[in-house]
Amino acid sequence: MSEIFNIFVRSVFIDNMIFAYFLGMCSYLAVSKNVKTAFGLGWAVCFVLTVTVPVNYLIDKYLLREGALAWLGERFASTDLSFLSLIIFIAVIAGMVQLLEMVFERYLPALNMALGIFLPLIAVNCAILGGSLFMQERNFPTVAHSLSYAIGSGLGWLLAITAFAAIRERLKYAKIPPALQGNGIAYIITGLLGIGFMCFLGM
Amino acid sequence: MKQYLGPLSKDNPVLVQTLGVCSALAVTAQLKPAVVMALSVTVVCACSNFIISLLRNTIPPRIRIIVQLLIVSFFVILVDQVLQAFVYDISKLLSVFVGLIITNCIIMGRLEAFALSHKPLPSLIDGVMNGVGYGLVLVVVAFFRELLGSGTLWNYPIVPESWYAHGYLNNGLMILPPMALILVGTMIWGRNRVKVKS
Repeated sequence: MSEIFNIFVRSVFIDNMIFAYFLGMCSYLAVSKNVKTAFGLGWAVCFVLTVTVPVNYLIDKYLLREGALAWLGERFASTDLSFLSLIIFIAVIAGMVQLLEMVFERYLPALNMALGIFLPLIAVNCAILGGSLFMQERNFPTVAHSLSYAIGSGLGWLLAITAFAAIRERLKYAKIPPALQGNGIAYIITGLLGIGFMCFLGM
Repeated sequence: MKQYLGPLSKDNPVLVQTLGVCSALAVTAQLKPAVVMALSVTVVCACSNFIISLLRNTIPPRIRIIVQLLIVSFFVILVDQVLQAFVYDISKLLSVFVGLIITNCIIMGRLEAFALSHKPLPSLIDGVMNGVGYGLVLVVVAFFRELLGSGTLWNYPIVPESWYAHGYLNNGLMILPPMALILVGTMIWGRNRVKVKS
């Protein structure tokens, strides 16, 4: 149990998707002009990660990994389909996003209004595919571990983009050299935030 | 000809359009993986641009994103297998970032903006040029990070031993991931400065 909690804390602060691995930087830079939309996108990413990582974990464990097909019988005991994992993961993510969009539209219109515009964008967000690939690389023992990893990474992403959007709103009133305005200063601030987050490394 | 040279500086995918930043920064602690990564992205971008452009009149617009993702991931798997077969140590170093080429916005962006509306040959050239533009940024960032961070280039020691004997230290901060962001920020600053002057 404590191991699961450890994975959660680790993925929020130390292995933060943005500050340690720069995953999802494109939407992070594009959708951080104000706190409200940044928060919306953050929740959407968090939600999709929480759904797709455990699904991909099960697929990886029971279909793709070397020896995973042993439950089919002796003949398949040494089959290794892991080279297919990239294409399967991305298909699962794209399909899941489509499915979620349809479910939201039908049953949760309020949530759909809030997340609606972001959901299609998320299929090609590196943070989502990255979550699944890191899950595969880390070899979690049970699906609960992968779930806690997914929630943690999602919250970490949410935290990062909200903090950055808040700073960016204040930045409008700061005096910045003209050539540095816009993207230049955005990169440098993210770098500084990243250095700040490195203080969690010793924990 | 001019439109093809755009990605190298005027419309550089990383510096100007802020596309494909995700993977660009994580692999630049050393020169070698950065070059391998740049080559992989160039190959994937050029090939998928070419194929999508061939199919551009047959893909139904409603499902084009899925078709694009499938074609791109096909080429990424090819590249991944080639890397694992021939340069295994570097492919271990790049780890998940080879797989993340699929969601590299440069590739999807070029497919949407160029390949869907142009003939195969121009699309191929456009893909190569965008890959090279991306690679240039990677190589510059990796050059400074490896030189200042570990005192080597392409794993060959550059900083002479005698400097270390006199108390020269490598800048450990350069190896850490956040420095890549700060370096790219500085590159954008310099580039805008030159543009404002001219």
